[in-house]
Amino acid sequence: MCLAIPAKVIKIEGDIAEVELADVIIKANIQLVEGVEVGSWLLIHAGYAIGVMSEEEAMESLDLISQVLKYNESG
Amino acid sequence: MKVDNIKYDLSRFGELSANLMEVCGTHTMAFSRYGMYDMLPKDVRLLSGPGCPVCVTDGGFISTAIGLGREKDVIITTFGDMLRVPSRCGCLELVRAEGADVRVVYSPHQSVDIAQANPKKRVVFLAVGFETTIPTVALSILASRELKNHYFLTALRLIPPALNIIGSRKESRINGFILPGHVSVIIGRMAYEKIAERYKIPSVISGFNANDLMSSLSILLSMIKEKRNEVVNNYERVVTDVGNKRAQEVMEECFDVVDIKWRGLGVIEKSGMGLKADLSHLDARKAFETEITEEDEPEGCACGDVLAGLITPPECSLFSVVCSPDDPIGPCMVSSEGACAAYFKYGRL
Repeated sequence: MCLAIPAKVIKIEGDIAEVELADVIIKANIQLVEGVEVGSWLLIHAGYAIGVMSEEEAMESLDLISQVLKYNESG
Repeated sequence: MKVDNIKYDLSRFGELSANLMEVCGTHTMAFSRYGMYDMLPKDVRLLSGPGCPVCVTDGGFISTAIGLGREKDVIITTFGDMLRVPSRCGCLELVRAEGADVRVVYSPHQSVDIAQANPKKRVVFLAVGFETTIPTVALSILASRELKNHYFLTALRLIPPALNIIGSRKESRINGFILPGHVSVIIGRMAYEKIAERYKIPSVISGFNANDLMSSLSILLSMIKEKRNEVVNNYERVVTDVGNKRAQEVMEECFDVVDIKWRGLGVIEKSGMGLKADLSHLDARKAFETEITEEDEPEGCACGDVLAGLITPPECSLFSVVCSPDDPIGPCMVSSEGACAAYFKYGRL
């Protein structure tokens, strides 16, 4: 139950962000974090962002080898 | 991924004898999924800890929730893991099959939405979780202040007081803690320092992918070998020294620290969170005039010892004989983060 997953912000309306999580777009509450912008990577738990991370850090957390390689190749 | 290289690293500790506790249930599941128990030096054991919120919740909580679910015009909202946890009164899944309105939500805020959409019903959210979840419950509590039909049955727990108890127990014999990554996002690295110093237990905060886990094992075994009783942050991607201050503030706004019972560890002083007096009208215990009564463990079930790190699941006489995910006796076989379920699913019999 303490699972949290990185997701990318694609839209923000007030305290709610639309985030892309494993190809699905969901809404996440962003009241617990600061400095969120479109393009930010958030750590989502139970529909709430609990942390902010860089894209590189998010990729590392996602543990998707192909994505990590793709990211490295694109430099 | 450089797991093989890190495995080579672990061979440096071939002479070391140690009991490590993976405090977090998600770590238990990850270690099992990646098959990492087999990569450890032969005298290093990984033991599960109390970090599965469903598992440490007393059966009495479930019985109380079932009682509320059977009341007229009540909707129970819950995380999915709670549905099949057994109690003296059965489980929530069974009550739902009998006609009770029990709904699975992935976020506490969904429960707020359900309450708003059903003004003639009373909606009770089963608020179970650790520091990762508590701030999300707190925000949904604040969003419910003006609602007349949304209540919270709480069993919210804090990890450091549980580690304090485990560290202080001589029978625990824990030599190193692998600390929960996402609890640490909220409370920060420094929240564990006193425990590591006081009980001389080196500790590492870990993430959840294969490299995170293997590098955490390597760091922890190094600290044990060198007798360094520190807390190393090996999940710097999201964990800081002080944690998420905003989340901590919202927790303080909604809750007082209270004593609470943990399966396997007993009542731990100041290890739970109860609603503050000015929010007590949202407390399901008060609104429904009910109390949670403690229940004995199912006969022969050793979930308590598993959660306290005293035994591994196969050491329980019920494990895989009469207790399995299809027909669970204890909560550790039910939850997706339960140690028994992880051992069973990944064939560590």
